[in-house]
Amino acid sequence: MATLLPSSFTKNFNSSIDYPITSFQTFAIFGPKLKTEQTHFRLSTSFNVRTGSPLELKAMKEPPGLTQKLDKNRLDRLAESENGCDLFEDLKHRFLRFKKHKFEENLGHFQNLAEGQAPKFMIIACADSRVCPSVILGFQPGEAFMVRNVANLVPPFESGPSETNAALEFAVNSLKVENILVIGHSRCGGIRALMSMQDEVDSSSFIRSWVIVGKNARLNTKSAASHLGFDQQCRHCEKESVDHSLVNLLTYPWIEQKVAKGELSVHGGYYDFVDCTFEKWTLDYKGSNFGKNSRLPVKNRFYWC
Amino acid sequence: MLTRKIKCGPVVFPVKNVSDEDKMSMFIKEDLPMGSLEEAIEGLKKFLSDKDDVAVAQIEKLITGLKKTDLNECDPVKRILEGFEHFKINKFDKYPELYKKLAEGQWPKFLVFACSDSRVCPSHILDFQPGEAFMVRNIANMVPAFDKLKYSGVGAAIEYAVSVLEVQNILVIGHSRCGGIKRLMTHPEDNSTPFDFIDEWVKIGLPAKVKVQAEFGDLPLEDQCKHCEKESVKLSLRNLETYPYVQMGLANKKLRLMGGYYDFVHGKFELLEFEPHFHHLFST
Repeated sequence: MATLLPSSFTKNFNSSIDYPITSFQTFAIFGPKLKTEQTHFRLSTSFNVRTGSPLELKAMKEPPGLTQKLDKNRLDRLAESENGCDLFEDLKHRFLRFKKHKFEENLGHFQNLAEGQAPKFMIIACADSRVCPSVILGFQPGEAFMVRNVANLVPPFESGPSETNAALEFAVNSLKVENILVIGHSRCGGIRALMSMQDEVDSSSFIRSWVIVGKNARLNTKSAASHLGFDQQCRHCEKESVDHSLVNLLTYPWIEQKVAKGELSVHGGYYDFVDCTFEKWTLDYKGSNFGKNSRLPVKNRFYWC
Repeated sequence: MLTRKIKCGPVVFPVKNVSDEDKMSMFIKEDLPMGSLEEAIEGLKKFLSDKDDVAVAQIEKLITGLKKTDLNECDPVKRILEGFEHFKINKFDKYPELYKKLAEGQWPKFLVFACSDSRVCPSHILDFQPGEAFMVRNIANMVPAFDKLKYSGVGAAIEYAVSVLEVQNILVIGHSRCGGIKRLMTHPEDNSTPFDFIDEWVKIGLPAKVKVQAEFGDLPLEDQCKHCEKESVKLSLRNLETYPYVQMGLANKKLRLMGGYYDFVHGKFELLEFEPHFHHLFST
């Protein structure tokens, strides 16, 4: 059974370090070599490993993918490139770095984890590339079962099966996590889409069909914050949506039972990547007094900056 | 009387009357890597051969204290705060230009589908940094086929990543010992109680299960599951092709589909590229 290492262990897991390449091994690659009638997978070509170039954190140079916005020429070259050697090379080196500096250096821990996971947390976070909880909250392998979707939404029980509640069912009933943390964030594109929606739902858009899960948060925001500018309304809705997700969590009978017994705690969080602050609050479950229409009772609200 | 502090993992103990200062100082040095509790105990045991009875008694007391440390105790607030502080100090504050740019927008090159399993976060295994990968995580890293009525969550992520963010690569990563795949392979044949939501979700992978059972039905369950973990990745890649914006991206050669498989038992990663089934469906 996996055990949680003391939190100081996390200090070793700092990926923003220069790692010189000292050894490598060839990937095992699966799949047929050429296209066949049934499958259309092909091998990457054998890797020609670049030697010598230090693996600097890309942030030290221009941010990856930001100022390197691909102009047309680069797009064409990407299209012409037969097998994208550079991309595969990059992914390969990333994995080998992980293997050398984390996996092999903590082999006992990873061997334990291979036998089973026992995370204390279930996290529901946005798919946004800037808000991975493993990065911003330092969750290490084995610590957090994670769902990531557009706008970190939790649909209510009555909406029927979805990928999010399948994960909830597994985390709560099988893994028996002790904490669920829903993390919203600043400048969320999904919340912005929710706030921008006209009243008629555009059924051809998946984004709209999905973010409508947060419609109560939008309603509350419109009534409470209509005097604010649109950006501020979005910010209000980002936090309101987390609260509504917490309410929706309690619509699942097996979640409410565990919360009532004190076996499960439900928390909300908000990561502001403009100022680098993090807010966290915990649902203060009060049994029969808890209802959808009442203001969400919270406790232990923290603000870290 | 010499007072020193030993840092053993997260715990700091005062130690007095240390006779062999050199030995202890080697252990106490400030840059001692923070290892596991077991390593700390092993390190202390080395000093038990010391002839100084007082020191031996103190060390034995330390070891007893460490052994009592309940590794399973977890203050969630403390854990989150420590993690956030570490990120702020070592990343956010260290690279202000990067994070300032990221605050204005994101331009990830990847859309990644990975399992919700706590052991397989792509930010660890492939070292994705903030801004690099729009990341969906669900049970068994599944991508269902295009369906306007169902699975709007996955559809929304694909639509956003491909049409709005214009990612250039979609990577679906499967992994070893996947609980979701195991459920797919064993239920309902094992007559276990249904899970309402899990079973409904993993049945997306049924075509992979059927294929694996046809080809490898004589193998032990564990091996069949491993085959299904990989076959499910291929199925997800084929399902991605059913999304119109993905088809268009593939036809225009602006999008590449890849599958990955992380084996955390052996510490291996496999990568393959998916050739588009459709050619020139659309041309610009």
